[in-house]
Amino acid sequence: MRFSYYPGCTLKTTAAVLENSALKAARALGIELLEQEEWQCCGAVFPLTVDEIAPFLSSVRSLAAAKDTGEKLVTLCAACHHVLKRANHVMKTDKDVCNKANNYLQLPDQYRGGTEVIHYLELLRDELGFSALAQKVKKPLTGQKIAAFYGCLLLRPPAVMQFDNAENPSIMEDFLRTLGATAVDYPYRTECCGVYLSVQNEEIVAGMVEKIINSALRHGAEAIVDACPLCHYNLLELQQKTTHGKLTLPVYYFTELLEEALGLEDRAEEKMAI
Amino acid sequence: MRRIGVFICWCGTNIANTVNIEGVTEAAGKMPSVIYADNYKYMCSEIGQSMIKEAIIKEKLDRVVVAACSPRMHELTFFKTAAAAGLNPYLVEIANIREHCSWVHKDKQEATGKAIALIRTAVAKAARNKELWATQIPVECRALVIGGGIGGIQAALDIADAGFEVDLVERTPSIGGRMAQLDKTFPTLDCSACILTPKMVEVASHHNITLYTFSEVEKVDGFVGNFEATIRKKARSIDLEKCTGCGICWEKCPSRVKSEFDEALVMRKAVYVPFPQAVPNVPVIDRASCRRFTREKCGICRKACPAGAVNYDQEDEVLQKKYGAIVVATGFDILDLDDFGEFSYGKHPDVLTSLEFERLVNSSGPTGGRLLRPSDQSPPKNVVFIQCVGSRDKSRGKPYCSKICCMYSAKHAILLREKYPEAQAYVFYIDIRTAGKDFEEFHRRAVEEYGALYLKGSVGKVFPDGDKLLVKGVDSLSGHAVEIEADMVVLAAAIKAKSDAPQLARLLGISTDTHSFFTEAHPKLRPVEAHTAGIFLAGACQGPKDIPETVSQASGAAAKAIILLSKDNLLSNPCVSEVNESLCTGCLSCIKVCPYGAVAEKTIEEKIHGKALKRRVAEVNEALCQGCGSCTVSCRPGAVNLKGFTNEQIMAEVDAICL
Repeated sequence: MRFSYYPGCTLKTTAAVLENSALKAARALGIELLEQEEWQCCGAVFPLTVDEIAPFLSSVRSLAAAKDTGEKLVTLCAACHHVLKRANHVMKTDKDVCNKANNYLQLPDQYRGGTEVIHYLELLRDELGFSALAQKVKKPLTGQKIAAFYGCLLLRPPAVMQFDNAENPSIMEDFLRTLGATAVDYPYRTECCGVYLSVQNEEIVAGMVEKIINSALRHGAEAIVDACPLCHYNLLELQQKTTHGKLTLPVYYFTELLEEALGLEDRAEEKMAI
Repeated sequence: MRRIGVFICWCGTNIANTVNIEGVTEAAGKMPSVIYADNYKYMCSEIGQSMIKEAIIKEKLDRVVVAACSPRMHELTFFKTAAAAGLNPYLVEIANIREHCSWVHKDKQEATGKAIALIRTAVAKAARNKELWATQIPVECRALVIGGGIGGIQAALDIADAGFEVDLVERTPSIGGRMAQLDKTFPTLDCSACILTPKMVEVASHHNITLYTFSEVEKVDGFVGNFEATIRKKARSIDLEKCTGCGICWEKCPSRVKSEFDEALVMRKAVYVPFPQAVPNVPVIDRASCRRFTREKCGICRKACPAGAVNYDQEDEVLQKKYGAIVVATGFDILDLDDFGEFSYGKHPDVLTSLEFERLVNSSGPTGGRLLRPSDQSPPKNVVFIQCVGSRDKSRGKPYCSKICCMYSAKHAILLREKYPEAQAYVFYIDIRTAGKDFEEFHRRAVEEYGALYLKGSVGKVFPDGDKLLVKGVDSLSGHAVEIEADMVVLAAAIKAKSDAPQLARLLGISTDTHSFFTEAHPKLRPVEAHTAGIFLAGACQGPKDIPETVSQASGAAAKAIILLSKDNLLSNPCVSEVNESLCTGCLSCIKVCPYGAVAEKTIEEKIHGKALKRRVAEVNEALCQGCGSCTVSCRPGAVNLKGFTNEQIMAEVDAICL
């Protein structure tokens, strides 16, 4: 299995753990992820202006490059996935924007939304298949009670993202069960993490994170997993704000658990380090 | 040489402001065959009509053109005017210079030119109008009422009381409809069953009403005064005459399925009466879930029945009956909440629709009227009511207001407090709409006497949190996000048209709106009539309605049906198709396109050069023809003509505009 792979800036810096574990796991699963050459910023936030095409252009370049190789484009960062998928949707459905973008970019071939953008989780679910993944699990996470945290970027807007049921998603719980863990159901799993408000007003975000963490704890979670660098930052850093530096609930990227279940890394050591 | 008179109406300022009336009158006076042209401020008024009558007599007019509003509005008025002056009404032509001209244009000069062109067209057609005579059609003095809810019941009773025979057809095993499911009714809190059951019994015992329950209308042919309906009486598998309603059969029946009447909150048996006060109080066997029919085993009910009423071999019965009028009262459904995942409906048993809540407070419901949570059968303390779930929601639901939810939620809040004085009702709402007699007072009682807390805002999420439901919403008046730990959440799901309403509409030849509600002939002035003559509408099949409104509309529909049935004869529309047999080639394309089955083939004999020849031609049944004109355009040799709108007349109109 071979795919084009778009990493994005965060994975090369603060969220390097996410990328490293994901790539390692992919190799072990026999999935080839070819990092795009000269990829550029996705745009970071999906532009909601209707008359401005400049913010789309860098995304369109990556999408067009993937189309040239004829491969599906795999993303890992939830924010990059969100922006690329939505930009692609615009290219597919809005003829006017599509024409303007093509005119501006002057690509060797016209790009009209032909690339399929899939997230790493979708790759596991739809391309590899959770049942095939279960076969490869060497060290099942039996007995571990883990809460999944979805955030918003992968799920919404549901009509465009087509990721999972936006109100009652199950992909991360299915993933956790595939690894042998017990998925904890708790009310706040699709709530807002606070997003960029943590830059402006930490207090508000700390309150939101506290509710999420406490709810997961109340339902017996021993750890929480996410798929988004921003959720990860808020859940990890701002959890410590309210608990005065103590981490009441460890926070992992979903790929870290995948790595462990595949027998590639022992998270116990890491736990000690914290 | 014709003697045509043209009468131009100002319609107050409606036409006169945009059209130069004097200029138009002058131009009309110079048109070919026009010997008289005049104008008046309101041509439809008594004085205006007198002007026309006098001119017809004095000027010996033989054709009249009235340039005014749409013929839909006043064609009949001017037909009568002409008839009063001794002129055949079909010699009158209307030029619509209001809807087709003054209302849609701004430039006075251009609008005046267009008005002149429209009048020239009407004059050209009028010159070719011929006298037409309406024929008399006898009326079948029996009415068909489709749907046995409160709307259908009321309409049937009113028509029957006026002395006409009524057949009431209901799809389910009992009449009663939605109202039978309800506990109390707003704004008086009287018990729904107590006021409905006597009416149900009256229907069953009325000497003029024949009740067909567990039956469906399959086909309707014919036209006003002479409908012919095919009714399928589905096999009940129980003999209506023999059954005493003792109930042994359903006590013994081993098959259990979800009860439709109890909104699937409890199970019923495969042989069942939907509810204790059912009319007729005779069970049916639901063959889809009965072991006798699905696995060819069992037979317990037949063995148990002391009256020998169970008959597994009973077959559907198909009836053909004639009716003069039809009342449609097929009711409504509740919006499917699959798209509203944020409320966890279907995921948690204590998240209910309002109709389910209604069953839970109803003494004949699954909990015997003790309002208990479906999850653990405990009494709820905090109940959150969420309004407008799918109503006023363009993106996921319906753009319209479901109209009854504000009131029934206030009722539910009151009923909750009456059952449990310690309980607290919270109501999330967008707006409170209580326009109705004593409605606002009722809502205020819920707030002031029963302490319901109303929160203006919407709910973003209902989380199942342990044995509670965490409701996250916003109180937009204080601007705060609100979290409520609820024991029960009740969703006011939007009212929608029956999912098979479009099929019924096609079967009856009536129209539906974008939401599949049946359309009335005029939203203000003909609210109980369908577009098709002889068919009347009652209740929520025409749009969301509460009980008082449904009953009023049903009585209105009944009155209209009675007016129709009390006539011995109806005047037919003489504008029907006719076949010129000498031109007809017998291709019969007209039969294929006729939506009313009004064209048939016949063989004629003609003598050509002394020889008798037999030839196939088309023939129009004037009683069935509705004058749509489809056949005229499908006819290749131009042998079919629509009287009053002949090819010659239409071409004259086209020439008058183009040449």
